[in-house]
Amino acid sequence: MTAESVAGSVAEFAIGRRSPAAAYAARFAAASAGGAIRLAEIPFLTHLNVRADPASPAAERIGAALGVPLPVEPGVVTEGGGLSVLWLGPDEWLVVGPDGAARELTERIRDAAAGEHVSVVDVSAQRTTLVVAGERARDVLAHGCALDLHPREFGPGRCAQTLLARTGVVLVAVEDGFHVLVRSSFAAYAAEWLLDASVEYRG
Amino acid sequence: MSGRPYRREGVTGRVLRFRFDGRDLEGLAGDTLASALLANGVRTVASSVRLGRPRGVYAAGCEEPNAVVQIEEPFPEPMLTATTVELYDGLVATGLPGRGRLADRPDPARYDAVHTHCDVLVVGAGPAGIAAAGVAARAGARVILADERPEPGGGLLGTTETVDGRPGRAWASAEIAALTALPDTRVLRRTTVIGHYDDNYVVAVERRTNHLGAAAPPGMARERVWRIRAKRVVLATGGHERFVAFAGNDLPGVMLAGAARTYVNQYGVLPGRRAVVFTTNDTAYAAALDLADAGIEIAAVADVRREPGSAWADWAWADRCAERGIEVLTGHVVTAAKGEGEVTGAEIAPRSGRGTREVAADLLLVSGGWTPVAHLFSQAGGTLRYDEGLGAFVPGETRQAAEAAGFAAGVTTLRDCLADGAEAGRRALTALGFGAPGVTVPVVEEEPANAPAEHLWLVESGDYGTHFVDLQRDVTVAEVLRATGAGLTSVEHVKRYTTAGTAHDQGKTSGLLTSGVVAHALGVDVAGLGTTTFRAPYTPVSFAALAGRDRGPLHDPVRVAAMHEWHVARGALFENVGQWKRPWYYPRPGEDMGAAVLRECAAVREGVGAMDASTLGKIDVVGPDAGVFLDRLYTNMMSTLKVGSIRYGVMCRPDGMVFDDGTAIRLADDRYLVTTTTGNAAAVLDWMEEWLQTEWPDLRVRCTSVTEQWATVALAGPRSREVLAALAPGLAVGNADFPFMTWRDAEVAGIEARVCRISFSGELAYEINVSSWYGLALWEAVMASGEVTPYGTETMHVLRAEKGYPIVGQDTDGTVTPQDLGMEWIVSKKKADFVGRRSYARADTSRPDRRHLVGLLPEDPGVLLPEGAHLVSAPVAGPVAPTARPTARPTALAAPPVRALGFVTSSYRSAALGRTFALALVSGGRGRVGERLYAPVGDDLVPVTVTSHVLYDPEGARRDG
Repeated sequence: MTAESVAGSVAEFAIGRRSPAAAYAARFAAASAGGAIRLAEIPFLTHLNVRADPASPAAERIGAALGVPLPVEPGVVTEGGGLSVLWLGPDEWLVVGPDGAARELTERIRDAAAGEHVSVVDVSAQRTTLVVAGERARDVLAHGCALDLHPREFGPGRCAQTLLARTGVVLVAVEDGFHVLVRSSFAAYAAEWLLDASVEYRG
Repeated sequence: MSGRPYRREGVTGRVLRFRFDGRDLEGLAGDTLASALLANGVRTVASSVRLGRPRGVYAAGCEEPNAVVQIEEPFPEPMLTATTVELYDGLVATGLPGRGRLADRPDPARYDAVHTHCDVLVVGAGPAGIAAAGVAARAGARVILADERPEPGGGLLGTTETVDGRPGRAWASAEIAALTALPDTRVLRRTTVIGHYDDNYVVAVERRTNHLGAAAPPGMARERVWRIRAKRVVLATGGHERFVAFAGNDLPGVMLAGAARTYVNQYGVLPGRRAVVFTTNDTAYAAALDLADAGIEIAAVADVRREPGSAWADWAWADRCAERGIEVLTGHVVTAAKGEGEVTGAEIAPRSGRGTREVAADLLLVSGGWTPVAHLFSQAGGTLRYDEGLGAFVPGETRQAAEAAGFAAGVTTLRDCLADGAEAGRRALTALGFGAPGVTVPVVEEEPANAPAEHLWLVESGDYGTHFVDLQRDVTVAEVLRATGAGLTSVEHVKRYTTAGTAHDQGKTSGLLTSGVVAHALGVDVAGLGTTTFRAPYTPVSFAALAGRDRGPLHDPVRVAAMHEWHVARGALFENVGQWKRPWYYPRPGEDMGAAVLRECAAVREGVGAMDASTLGKIDVVGPDAGVFLDRLYTNMMSTLKVGSIRYGVMCRPDGMVFDDGTAIRLADDRYLVTTTTGNAAAVLDWMEEWLQTEWPDLRVRCTSVTEQWATVALAGPRSREVLAALAPGLAVGNADFPFMTWRDAEVAGIEARVCRISFSGELAYEINVSSWYGLALWEAVMASGEVTPYGTETMHVLRAEKGYPIVGQDTDGTVTPQDLGMEWIVSKKKADFVGRRSYARADTSRPDRRHLVGLLPEDPGVLLPEGAHLVSAPVAGPVAPTARPTARPTALAAPPVRALGFVTSSYRSAALGRTFALALVSGGRGRVGERLYAPVGDDLVPVTVTSHVLYDPEGARRDG
């Protein structure tokens, strides 16, 4: 690599925020052209990690404040008003909202907690959201996910913390496929893996 | 047809050209390599591994013990059985002497793996398997039917029975077509189930493009590993025919009777011209009749049984043979296969022993009975029981939600196999709560009953030197007798002594035969002797298939921080830290590593440098008891930390040894952010959760990983304050306003940031944390001034080592206490308890000769000690006072034993010190300061002087800039 090309490629970097899988947009689009599979990143969603006693009045108040109850059944997603709440553990949820909502949602949850022991942590940049959709979405994920993703077992409204190939993910079933919430540092690996796994399904 | 002398009359098809052992040959579409070779009259396919004896095709499936070949083109693949290699145009293969050769180039094919789940997994698409799958699938269950062959039908393919009024093969195809059309049913052809594990976890390998040769689509995975989780498993795995041990039973031309029947019926191939049949049971008669009808002369049938029984008589096997001019000799055995290099005749004798005669033949068919394929059932923990009628072990009890069906369960007739399969399907449905569906069993109109077989393992002789038991391993009865003669009474021991059953085929044809011969030799019942253990894989699997896509860049995840692309573009070299790629150093044109690191170190000590510190682990610890919790985990006090301040801390295991270090930042009364080392981020979070969940559930604390929420730029050096001031005009950066070990929220380069004043180099330094979305933007803003030198982990290591700061995992190894590191000050004397505390009351943790972290200065300031080098004292006998320096430099170690006093943990060239230096763990090290030690390096003894581990700025004068 010459000094000029180094300077050139550095100059290309955008000032401003950048999502973990931004570099994959073109390859995702190319892989999605056939229609049988759709890969994309949804960048910059708000993610709040909420930990609270599920039986506490605070948990109930938080649900009311969000307009979406904190699910108590394992692996369930509750949705409403542009928010979804993912069950991550017996006392742990991920509140997913639109870009830029972290501050307001954090305040809403803290206010609802009203001094009770509740942990609310902004983890929006901790993970990014990859979309694996289309009729072959299940086939692609089956190459690296040991869970049964049949709609009877893992239909829309279900989520799980699991492994996709060799990285931990939060997997969410949505109407036309899946959202794969992957840690930012693993996003490139996950993107490369998905592109590779989708080779036979690009139709 | 003169061109295809061994092809059955009227058989046609697409012609495929192939080469075997250098001969150009032709076969037909649908052939296996074995059937094509037989069709060309090729009798000798391989040679045996130990004795070099010629060997021919013995079987027609994966149980083949002899015909082991190497595929040469299109891509080398060793140790395949010719009976399972589908013929394709352009195939080039050679016969193997029991050993193959790995390819000398990377395999260009793709291999992958898939996880799948089902209600019912049926293994084997023979009559029982198809019946079972049909019942389950039609009731709406999620069904997977896996079969190793390219075409469904199993045993029906090689026979002539009819099912529902159609030839068995046509019935099987039609059933499979119907099942394939069901939405939740998957039929996997060319798929061998190789392992059956607990909880019905089943692994299978599908061969997807192997049969296409060079025509295989390049993007399509050649082989696929299926990892199947099944609620119920039906093992309809059929049976393997076994042979009998007699003289010369390995000659090319000796073949299992059922295999010969398959070659005639399925492939239209005549495996010979004139055959002798040697059997212990009825099934070989059907083979004899089919071969006769195909035009092969059957010279004689030698039936071990003196009186084969009423079922034999009822079906009039003798009359059916007589109609075709076949002589049936009951109460006879084949004592020897005759011929040089291949069979030219068979020696037949009555069991009374008198009246031996030799019959000319080029084909000698053997049936020693059939063994249910119980491999998977047994692998999964099922017990086997001996079935007297079959003379074989059949599935017994199992703890799995699995059952055997059809012949695999010991059911012998086609009619009963179909019924048993259907019943197994129905039982699976019932167990899964699908209700009790009606079951229609396919109809078999006419079929012989089986007369009892007589179980004969070997034909007695005075010389057992060519009575082969395991053809692939060249094990004969003579060797089994040598084993039993040596006192071995267990088949497991005999297996290991003789190697019988250890070849690629894992004794599919020979396992029970070996047991039978051992039983015969010991005069015991084979039922009590048992068989050897069945282990996965059922058939050999290529490593390429097992590796799948986990190769190259996908072998292990590479973790990168938000600024990674910048580092790549700037030509950084990277260091692997766990799965992270961290910039190691940034060489300028013409610089080697040493020069780059010296330059980067000097920049930080004299000006300002920046490092990507994003990989450090970060955990939010929240709750009213957060301070108490951290007090218990760290050796020092964290609850007294003021909001806005930062404290360094060390965590130990209960044994008092250092586990991790980092900082705690107090964000609020009930909220800390703690950092961990890069490699221990997950381990520390697990550690915290373990204590909270198992020991201290009363503490109101919750932990959340935020490692990747934040990107961190470390800004270090005397000029770091002015760089920060320029980037954050709203931040008061003066020493009084922003003292050491405090943090401030501020806008840095227009980005919301948390700035911490901490230092890992001893210099004035800051760590700027922003949302990782802005990590690249921040980094670029820091670099935009042109004043800041990017530095990597190597420079960071040198700078911290100059200050004597240990790196957990480099200068510690799980046997090092904080006190060993010279950090007594970090171990609280005030706290009632913390993890590790009571270990400091043990005599061992206060031994004066514990290894202490010390500095080392090689006497030659240009010599760089290798990390890991051992340290010894003066190489002369007796104690040496530190001042008693020998005048001449020793060149050899003292006579052994030489006690190693310790070892080098870190070693660098220092720009600031103008020389090399090292850190080391040395026994009683702090008492040895000033002492000369030696590091044996190669043949040399390098003299070094022990110093304090803090070599640079011991007063800490540089911290405030």
